Amino acid sequence: MSTDLKSQMQEVLAPLQGRQVVLIPALQAVQEKFGYLPEVAMEEIGRVAGVSSNVVYGVASFYAQFRFIKPGEHMIKICLGTACHVRGAAGLAKSLERELHIEPGKTTPDGKFSLEEVRCFGSCALAPVIVVDDQVYGNMTTTKTKEILDEFR
Amino acid sequence: MDFAKLRNKAIKEWQALWSGDKPLILIGLATCGIAAGASAVLKTIDEELARRNIKASIIPVGCIGLCYLEPLVDIVKPGYPRICYSQVTPERAIKLIEDYLVNDNPHPDLALGSFGESTVENIPKFFEHPMLKPQVRIATRNCGHINPEDINHYIAKGGYNGLNMALGMYPEDVIKEVEKSGLRGRGGAGFPTWRKWDEARNSKTTPKFVVCNADEGDPGAFMDRSVLEGDPHSVLEGMAIAGHAIGTSNGYIYVRAEYPLAVRRLQIAIDQAKKLGLLGDNILDTEFSFNIDIMQGAGAFVCGEGSALMYSIEGKRGMPRVRPPRSVASGLWGLPTSLNNVETFANVSPIVTNGGDWYASYGTETSKGTKTFALTGKIGRPGLIEVPMGITLRQIIYEIGGGIPGDKPFKAIQTGGPSGGCLPESLLDTPVDFETLTKAGSIMGSGGMVVLDEDTCIVDVARYFIAFCRDESCGKCVPCREGLPLMSNMLERITQGDGNAEDIEQLIDIGETIINGSLCGLGNSAPNPVLSSIRYFRDEWESHVIDKRCPALVCKALINFYILPDKCAGCGICARACPVEAISGGKRLVHVINQKKCIKCTTCLEKCPERFSAIVKVTGEQIEVPKEPVPVGANK
Repeated sequence: MSTDLKSQMQEVLAPLQGRQVVLIPALQAVQEKFGYLPEVAMEEIGRVAGVSSNVVYGVASFYAQFRFIKPGEHMIKICLGTACHVRGAAGLAKSLERELHIEPGKTTPDGKFSLEEVRCFGSCALAPVIVVDDQVYGNMTTTKTKEILDEFR
Repeated sequence: MDFAKLRNKAIKEWQALWSGDKPLILIGLATCGIAAGASAVLKTIDEELARRNIKASIIPVGCIGLCYLEPLVDIVKPGYPRICYSQVTPERAIKLIEDYLVNDNPHPDLALGSFGESTVENIPKFFEHPMLKPQVRIATRNCGHINPEDINHYIAKGGYNGLNMALGMYPEDVIKEVEKSGLRGRGGAGFPTWRKWDEARNSKTTPKFVVCNADEGDPGAFMDRSVLEGDPHSVLEGMAIAGHAIGTSNGYIYVRAEYPLAVRRLQIAIDQAKKLGLLGDNILDTEFSFNIDIMQGAGAFVCGEGSALMYSIEGKRGMPRVRPPRSVASGLWGLPTSLNNVETFANVSPIVTNGGDWYASYGTETSKGTKTFALTGKIGRPGLIEVPMGITLRQIIYEIGGGIPGDKPFKAIQTGGPSGGCLPESLLDTPVDFETLTKAGSIMGSGGMVVLDEDTCIVDVARYFIAFCRDESCGKCVPCREGLPLMSNMLERITQGDGNAEDIEQLIDIGETIINGSLCGLGNSAPNPVLSSIRYFRDEWESHVIDKRCPALVCKALINFYILPDKCAGCGICARACPVEAISGGKRLVHVINQKKCIKCTTCLEKCPERFSAIVKVTGEQIEVPKEPVPVGANK
């Protein structure tokens, strides 16, 4: 399993070898492929970028984009941007937590849903919004979120 | 390649598209349009045209700014002007094809407006729309009009003419033209663009870099996204002109990762420009070469700050450093770097083409030209606007934005995102420019404008921004790293009803310490939302800390929900909807909320049928209601 993961990772990282800007694009490429950053990625990326795995982890943990645990099948992001906030996103976030029985940043035990809080997708005119996988849903209410979740259940 | 040839070819194609015998359909496919359902509309149009065997050209376009009317579909029927239809659903699209394209009914009832000189009966002119009339569109000139994935559309509309002209000018003269225009950094700080270029040009160290800051992190702001998605070439062209002016062939564009569509369109645009010799080596057969690499951000607000952004490109943690040296002296990899914002670059080509004086004819004495704003919050017409500097906030909110929905009273306008402030009614006649907004205690910032009405709690908004900055602080400066959590905890406590009279002064004290003791723009401005709102809305702060009331009925710990016994009809809808079973009742019984169980989620209030309107939300008062459910009418 681990050697398989490693070879897949090397394949993802190969095009970045020798480029001037490596580290963050490498982290992004690995996360794009696996959905998260497995531990072995730190070492592999470090090798390509020419830094220690400690440095790689230091950079990865600084940025909100990177995940270190495997996400669920569907990623639900609730926008907590300003426009969404003044239109009731906080209440929406709570209702999602209640519906899914998980906190933001966690995955349901069946591996079906992950919940994340995000600050602003730039779809403010449709506030409040949630994003399921890559689809943006605008003008949300607690009732509508429940209907959308049911579609993915 | 000869530019005149490129342009003639593009113009010919463009004219053929618009005056051919095929209908032309433009559909807004920016993130906002897609979220409003534009993809489904596009699919329906495709299918319906195929089914009826109608040959038409379909152009996906960017966002014209009327976000609240999306999806927008424009139809150009041969012989007729272009007509824009708003809020187009798949059903409406089918209707328009049948009634307008097949038969001859242009459906004035569904139309928003027509473009150009000739008009259609009962359809107003598009640019006479109250949201558009006061606008001057320079940075967003092409958004909504061209296919952002087709470079020839951009060229046909005058694109790359500025670069072509600039390449025939001495770099110093290009910089002089930008100086004449008075263009200042549109990212928020308002630093004169020409001066950055001039300093970078004069630096002896090489290589140098041109970097575009597209890390639009302010929540509530989407100006840059709209430009990148709707007209990516305008930014690339501006960067290439800057490259010529400064004397470098290295460009980077740093885009936030939350904008995947913008990244995709930028990449397409770069590839197309390279193919035509408008980017890459020996641009338009001159000595000048310029390459642009896209670097995606990774979700750190602080990376909008110049030095942090450059560290991030270098693959480090995005932590700002002490300045000076400024980045024009020591930027990316310690080399001279001119960092400008997306909107700044989008203005450059028109400035070179039309001259600096033309641009400077818009705006105020110190702030020239136009500025884009993302108008959101409690506003009738949310969307993206571009207005001349010097316009008043009142004009923006009431003329362009259409005022507040339901004619509710205006409370405040939040400008400049987490670094900005909340301005009250009394300042609505303030002209919008860099200096005036700063003097009023807010900032221009990148251009987010969030309108707040009486249902928005000013303390809650302040708490929100402080929590945002607390999470986004990089942790380098102690006052920012430790002060923001302190403020955040205090604000949390105040909204929980546990505030006390001293809290307000203490918040001011900590806020000022953070401003004075932090290195970068994040810490320097993070306390602004608190300080400005205390300055203008002290009453509301005192209601929270002294009377334990939230006049806007937002802070959950300070409000209660009650079911009015004389209005409840005992229908049971609220009880079934309550997620925590806090409502007891039964058929034809007046329902009662258990205040201890209630989580104040507002579901019951949303669900109670309007004809009963039996549920009320109150602060600081107790309403007499039965303790147990009683038969309906028993209390009358």
